[in-house]
Amino acid sequence: MSAIGIDDVEGLLGVGQYEEVGEFPVEQGYIWTTCSSVENGNPLFWDPEVADEVTGGPIAPPTMVSVWFRPHHWAPDRSTPGLPLQIHFDLKEGLGLPEAVMSDNTIVFHEPVRPGDRLRTRQILRSVSDVKTTKLGTGRFWVIDVEYHNQRGDLVAVESYTGFGYRRAGSEEAS
Amino acid sequence: MTAPTLLRGAVTVGDALPELAYPVTATTVVLGALAARDWRPMHHDKDFAVHRNGTRDIFLNTPNLASWFERYITDWTGPYGRLQRVTFRMLGSIFPGDTMVFRGTVTDTGVDDTGCGWVALDISVSVDGDTKTSCTARVALPETEHDNPWSRTGDRWTP
Repeated sequence: MSAIGIDDVEGLLGVGQYEEVGEFPVEQGYIWTTCSSVENGNPLFWDPEVADEVTGGPIAPPTMVSVWFRPHHWAPDRSTPGLPLQIHFDLKEGLGLPEAVMSDNTIVFHEPVRPGDRLRTRQILRSVSDVKTTKLGTGRFWVIDVEYHNQRGDLVAVESYTGFGYRRAGSEEAS
Repeated sequence: MTAPTLLRGAVTVGDALPELAYPVTATTVVLGALAARDWRPMHHDKDFAVHRNGTRDIFLNTPNLASWFERYITDWTGPYGRLQRVTFRMLGSIFPGDTMVFRGTVTDTGVDDTGCGWVALDISVSVDGDTKTSCTARVALPETEHDNPWSRTGDRWTP
């Protein structure tokens, strides 16, 4: 975890950072708990025969991809876990922008995620804008991708986050 | 054999998806947060949400809302519908006591260079007419009764 100043940005564009493996394998229990929480009766997740026929065996709901990376609330011998979108916080700190919002979030789905998979993730800074002024204040927009691969190296999903780090109008000018 | 329930050819731009209304309770919020492994207190501790976040109650977390959107889409497509991409824009929070209403329309449809059929959707979840999250989605649908988007892999799947 290190602050990203404006002079660091060019060298970090497209570079994978914060690679990590999920703390536990993709598991059926969480799939059922998630489907239950939203009353999702899709037979892919409840009927093994349908899953065999349609998806070649059980899969996880695609939108669960980030669930497999949220750390346990507590675990032995663990230091403070990294934040899920650490580059976002590195940019805020390094660019001196104390406030930030996420304006939108896109997920693109590739190979299905299956129970037993051990997923790996990494974060990639894609862009940082020039200084802009919006209704919120003055700052910069940035785009961060989070890539997810399975243990076979297949890409399973890419999330893209657009953030806007800023100083409120009237405070010191953004650096 | 499980047959596809919705083929792309049956879909026309402008079609409306069936509306889904759901009364949100504290259990909805807490169950959704724990299912998404989101332990942050504003999703289960009302005192924290009110006094630290300044919201009127605990509120639905974003990853669980993504699961709600997926359920809404695949309720319509059936199991052969395969999500290609979704984009969310968060505009406001959803609290216990709210009735959230999902609505969606078909905005485009086509076949990509690999022969995979798809439809594009505009979806929103609103409370009392105010949109809380908007979503655009693209989902692959079978072209024929013997087509299965889930069988596509590698170069044949370009989401």
